Amino acid sequence: MVLKSKIKELHERRKKLLLGGGEQAIEKQKALGKRTARERIIALLDDKSFYEYDLFAEHEARDFDMEKKTLPSDGVIIGTGKIFGAPVAIYAQDFTVAGGSLGLMHSRKITKIMDHALKMRMPLIGINDSGGARIQEGVNSLAGYGEIFFRNTLSSGVIPQISVILGPCAGGAVYSPALTDFVFVVNKISKMFITGPEVIKTVLGEEISMEDLGGAKVHSEITGNAHFFAESEDECFEQVKELITYIPWNNSKKALRFDPAEPDSEYDIENIVPDDHTFPYDVKNVIRAVTDKSAFFEIMENYAKSIVIGFGRMDGQTTGFVANQSLEMAGVLDVDSCDKAARFIRYCDAFNIPLVTFVDVPGYLPGVDQEHAGVIRHGAKVLYAYSEATVPKITVILRKAYGGGYIAMGSRHLRSDFVFAWPVAEIAVMGPEGAANIIFRKEIMSSDDPDKMRKQKVEEYKKIFANPYVAASRGYIDAVIDPADTRRSIIHSLSVSENKSIQMPAKKHGIPPF
Amino acid sequence: MKSLEKDEKELEVLNIDSTLYKTRLSKKFKEKKPYKTPDHSIVSSFIPGTVLDVVVREGQDVKKGDTLIIVEAMKMKNHIKSAREGTVKKIYVKKNDKIAKGNTLLELNQI
Repeated sequence: MVLKSKIKELHERRKKLLLGGGEQAIEKQKALGKRTARERIIALLDDKSFYEYDLFAEHEARDFDMEKKTLPSDGVIIGTGKIFGAPVAIYAQDFTVAGGSLGLMHSRKITKIMDHALKMRMPLIGINDSGGARIQEGVNSLAGYGEIFFRNTLSSGVIPQISVILGPCAGGAVYSPALTDFVFVVNKISKMFITGPEVIKTVLGEEISMEDLGGAKVHSEITGNAHFFAESEDECFEQVKELITYIPWNNSKKALRFDPAEPDSEYDIENIVPDDHTFPYDVKNVIRAVTDKSAFFEIMENYAKSIVIGFGRMDGQTTGFVANQSLEMAGVLDVDSCDKAARFIRYCDAFNIPLVTFVDVPGYLPGVDQEHAGVIRHGAKVLYAYSEATVPKITVILRKAYGGGYIAMGSRHLRSDFVFAWPVAEIAVMGPEGAANIIFRKEIMSSDDPDKMRKQKVEEYKKIFANPYVAASRGYIDAVIDPADTRRSIIHSLSVSENKSIQMPAKKHGIPPF
Repeated sequence: MKSLEKDEKELEVLNIDSTLYKTRLSKKFKEKKPYKTPDHSIVSSFIPGTVLDVVVREGQDVKKGDTLIIVEAMKMKNHIKSAREGTVKKIYVKKNDKIAKGNTLLELNQI
């Protein structure tokens, strides 16, 4: 029987290729605490759901003796599968094959699966573990990167794009993750940089380790390039899976609805926020006090901590939360926190996820460094993102909303649909202390006891302006609510805005202050 | 749920518009260098490298734009020029010295 022998040959060919770079290279990979590319895909996807394409791909490089080298599957694995039943397209670079280097065929495999993802409108997951461009293939590998970046951009806002960095990702390679929606890193395994420590040392004389230059912690805490940090590959995969439950498959769908559930009674919304408006609290507790099961999936937990962003569910529906964190830098807006919030707001808007904003903002962070770092244009991103967003926008002013911070944090003026305020809310141009110093400057200066006079004037100002009722009388706030009614108010607002429809002026695209 | 104690030790004070907020300060905020008005009498290296030549001597008068020192860095000869007119007060480096970024190279007299 010819057929049988042919089938046997298929299995033999497959078996050889499934070993990737061979047993020695696999051992090396494992010694670094890393799984192989294929193991990673299997660990991430639903059991037996992975279907591989282009296993038999081979490169066509002819220079530098490349014609004598066979690189199994050209160093990258592509395919489709499921996560909790959701379809996903996936690729994983195989470091055991020529260091996962990217040549023409390698990139063609990646762009093939990217094209599938966009065409079939399903999320794309890229697992990066590569030494960079395959230098022997010259400009062909540069062309490969360019083709990937182009597709990342086309797919942006259409399908969710997720990058998982499980090894080096250096030089041009970093720009694919940077163009995607969410970047996952693992401590001691992920390394991302444009120019490595050696080049930096040669050119600038600065000595730095790879970890300190572009390790997982650096990108989670300093650069803001990474959205999720994990201690192990396993923990990282759990995070990816959890994210998938919160987001829709594409921009024409909504996230899957879960069964509604009440928050845990341990989060008592009436006893989280202190009366003293200068004393902090953890705003994540306020979020947990309103979400189903008190679950909150935080994004960029360790970057620009003065603002908190992430997903929760309200009555079963995925909701994006943006909240000032008074516990960190008094919850100010600054270059980094504006950047963080603005991108998240645009993500939610692109993928039909309603936004809930909890406001307790003292204003913008003063400082030469902030001004020189461009807080004007970075701050403008938040205004742009809220104004442009057409998903349901619900704002709750918990305590203070001062000055530009009030306007920026999902105010009525940027077309928030429903604006609520707690009775302790203070909506004003600035805090009573600063305002009294300006308005009553003469009285304070000419007083026999300026400190006493200042205190008196601060109290006077507080009585008139430090409340939500002036703003409510102008209709800038739709309702002043008992904190205990917060969850009910949000859920009601979401339920009545499910069919929200807004026509924006026709344009090719806006020009956000990038 | 963890609630905050009134006497929580890690809380510091941040002044925003005359209001003193109790909060945690970020590492970035705590470590930032206070701004200093540039002092044009101090000439420092904007790049790490090697001193190729010291063109001026102490006591010499220089005009704005005159080359003071040549530093080789990134295989380029960088002419360090005077930002203003003045007299060279003190020179801190000599030929072939290796210098780091920000090293003081020379000082002009105060105007």
